[in-house]
Amino acid sequence: MNIVVCVKNVPEVAEEELEINDEGADVEREELGFAINEWDNYAVEEAVRIKEALGGKVTVVTIGNDDDEDVLRRSLAMGADEAILVDGEDLAGVDASAVSLILSRVLKPLEFDLALCGAQAADDGFGQVGVALAERLNLPYASLVTAARVGAGKITVDRELESGMYETVELGLPALLTIQSGINEPRYVSIMGIRKARNAEIKNLSLDDLDLSEDDVRGTANWFESVEMSLPPEGEGAEILSGSLDEICARAAAIIKEKGGLG
Amino acid sequence: MNDVLVVAEHRRGKMRDVTFEALHKARAVARENGGAVVAALLGKDCANLAGKLKDYADRVLLVDSSDFENYNAEPYLAALTGLISQHKPRLVLIAHSASGMDLAPALAIRLKAPLVTDCMDFHFDGDRLKAKRSCYGGKIEALVTVKPAPLYILTVRPGSFPAEPLQPAQGEIVPCPPPSLANLRNRTFIQYTEAEVADVDIAAADILVSVGRGIGKPENIPIAQELADALNSPLSCSRPVADQKWLSKTRQVGSSGKTVKPKIYLAIGISGAFQHQAGMRGSDTIIAINKDPRAPIFKIAHYGIVDDLFKITPVLTRKIRELV
Repeated sequence: MNIVVCVKNVPEVAEEELEINDEGADVEREELGFAINEWDNYAVEEAVRIKEALGGKVTVVTIGNDDDEDVLRRSLAMGADEAILVDGEDLAGVDASAVSLILSRVLKPLEFDLALCGAQAADDGFGQVGVALAERLNLPYASLVTAARVGAGKITVDRELESGMYETVELGLPALLTIQSGINEPRYVSIMGIRKARNAEIKNLSLDDLDLSEDDVRGTANWFESVEMSLPPEGEGAEILSGSLDEICARAAAIIKEKGGLG
Repeated sequence: MNDVLVVAEHRRGKMRDVTFEALHKARAVARENGGAVVAALLGKDCANLAGKLKDYADRVLLVDSSDFENYNAEPYLAALTGLISQHKPRLVLIAHSASGMDLAPALAIRLKAPLVTDCMDFHFDGDRLKAKRSCYGGKIEALVTVKPAPLYILTVRPGSFPAEPLQPAQGEIVPCPPPSLANLRNRTFIQYTEAEVADVDIAAADILVSVGRGIGKPENIPIAQELADALNSPLSCSRPVADQKWLSKTRQVGSSGKTVKPKIYLAIGISGAFQHQAGMRGSDTIIAINKDPRAPIFKIAHYGIVDDLFKITPVLTRKIRELV
């Protein structure tokens, strides 16, 4: 069972107060830490588990610059066997159509039974690349997958719907899945593992290698003219409680009592 | 043509609210740009569903066939490619839902049309489309300008527009032949399954203490549990906590978990992504504790505490105990 996983390096923003960059097209990324996109981490784990059960190899792919090699090395440390980095230095701001075009050129010559993508990315959150990639490669697909069971020439998956409902779907192989968070419990990556992966070979591909021009990617395949980002106004909505720690908590407790929270 | 086509989403014989919301907005866009509102309904024995769409749309394109009893991307793609190529709307709206997210990206590639997902609002600006959405977990707003194109596809965030018709309509139901289903890729719908049975029904609670990613690690859960115990309430959570199995999935509040409407909802270390908000915004009183003053949860909370939850929660627990 050969599996390809598409991964992305994203800024960690959960605990951060973000600022918009000078161009207004993204957040200021300089001060932020980066990590593998959470959904992609689940996808790598799922791929490695299937490989461990059935044999084969796992190839991870990302588009980015040298810093983004980190997500590949981390994936190798988790158990992936091969890694491909597509030089995407100048591709900030292109849409999922362009990204899926690049990935389709990477995956096309590879021999694989299963391709996995995270269901969405934590930064722009389009939730689009995986399914677009399946269409470009003409693969059967299922999105938002929370369980996958490999059978003979097929894979049976559960898709997460709304309100605690799931649907079971069967796909012929090769197929593409987009992985929903929570599908598994990703393993911890040891320092030793990453150290070992530091020397692993990473295959570098340029757009040229993929028979694509900058114009193909930024122009023809990309529909976005511009993206303008802004911060929502601060504190809009809620009454922010102020005072000493003791005062704030006393006030909050009084509100809870007043609103009927104490029986 | 400036028609706006809405792909109707239904499951187990029931239309989903987001369809009506998209139709409401479709009418507003059609009015402004001079086009018709068209609904596309793919289903089996769904005359009653078509009847509901008539109140919103000028035309209801109805494909009634056993192949459309349950959503499946492959026949949907075949049918919609045909309907859209034939009726040539300028804009296609699809729900940003489990089905819509499964369908729209492939449809856009197949029709060579731009797609913007998870839109909260949108309008035409000359020959360009502008769409408002959020990113970075709801912390940032983004306005996307799409290049001129003959056809645009958007997925619409549930809850972004009213579900009532913008104006009364008496749509015509137009039966359409089912598409050829030869050469479809190999995908088969098998069955629906319901979530596991819960030990506690969080939807029945009058007060909920809910923890999010900010709790940091499972060893910290007791800090929130003590507050919940003081309030005699169950402990619920946002998605990341359930994903990491720190609490059971049955305790997850949000669009893929439970929808709750308690008297008081205490959100502790929850930033408030839209999927979470969808499950709790109907609570009578929302109190949020988060150290990021721009966390989206503060937009819908009634009261906010901008501070470290590890400082606040134990003191709040003590204050509650004093009042009980």
